[in-house]
Amino acid sequence: MYTGQVFVTLKKAVLDPQGDTVKRSLHTMGYPEVKDVRVGKYIEVKLDGATRQEAEERLDEMCRKLLANPVIEEFHIEIVEDDQ
Amino acid sequence: MRFGVVVFPGSNCDADCYYVIDQVLKAAVEFIWHKETEIKGFDGLILPGGFSYGDYLRTGAIARFSPIMQSVSDFADRGGLVIGICNGFQILLEAGLLPGAMLRNNSLRFSCLPVNLKVKTDQSAFTGGFEADEVIALPIAHGEGNYYCDDVTYQELLDFDQIAFTYCNKDGLETPGANPNGSRGNVAGILNRERNVLGMMPHPERFSEGILGGEDGARIFASMLKSFKEGLG
Repeated sequence: MYTGQVFVTLKKAVLDPQGDTVKRSLHTMGYPEVKDVRVGKYIEVKLDGATRQEAEERLDEMCRKLLANPVIEEFHIEIVEDDQ
Repeated sequence: MRFGVVVFPGSNCDADCYYVIDQVLKAAVEFIWHKETEIKGFDGLILPGGFSYGDYLRTGAIARFSPIMQSVSDFADRGGLVIGICNGFQILLEAGLLPGAMLRNNSLRFSCLPVNLKVKTDQSAFTGGFEADEVIALPIAHGEGNYYCDDVTYQELLDFDQIAFTYCNKDGLETPGANPNGSRGNVAGILNRERNVLGMMPHPERFSEGILGGEDGARIFASMLKSFKEGLG
């Protein structure tokens, strides 16, 4: 059993109004050092796979088909092997 | 002409669309549950507004894999008329039947208000009953209607006259102030290259009778009806 950690973020070219609002709020709260904020999604997928590579390939396919929208988003996957 | 209104779990404008086709247009209409896998005997499809699957993951992302969607895609490929309204537009984008994607409104607010729209083309089954550049009024009601596409896609939309409606002021100017959500180029509705699929964020079914505030919406459905009848003639 593996745990796939999927990080979905808006592409750099896409403006993130949510991130901008969070950044402004952090500035107001007294964190002027904040230069940029991008809000994304974290999706955890538990899956079986014969090998780590197979699990990663299948999860990559799932991301392309459903978990991320390639028009506006990019994604990054980490595969963690679960303790039995 | 027989219309079909596709109902997804979470659709909430399906009954309004049905009502307008039935009572205002006096045309034949039936609901089609999203679990159906065949579309038979229909000449036009409406994907209504709402919050299919609770807008989980992304708006329209789950509904796009509903059993009915393969048939909707085949229906569109055969040249059938398909109009996606609000969430229906979002589903068509996720399904790849129209180019681009929706982002959250740049205000981060759910915007629910009547807006002015410019009819950018009268060359489609949906807008044939309008004059090009005519200013009409329809209500919007969405939180994610901020249309996005890359530069290449946007240029193609312009080159192939695929932009059906833009947000404008009462004088027909597409100003930033008239843009309620941050959409690229004030885009409110687009056509596919073949011009038989329309996606739009404003709700024509809500402005189809004077007593509800406007009648411009009914003209879109009436255009579809007229275009279909002319196609038969």
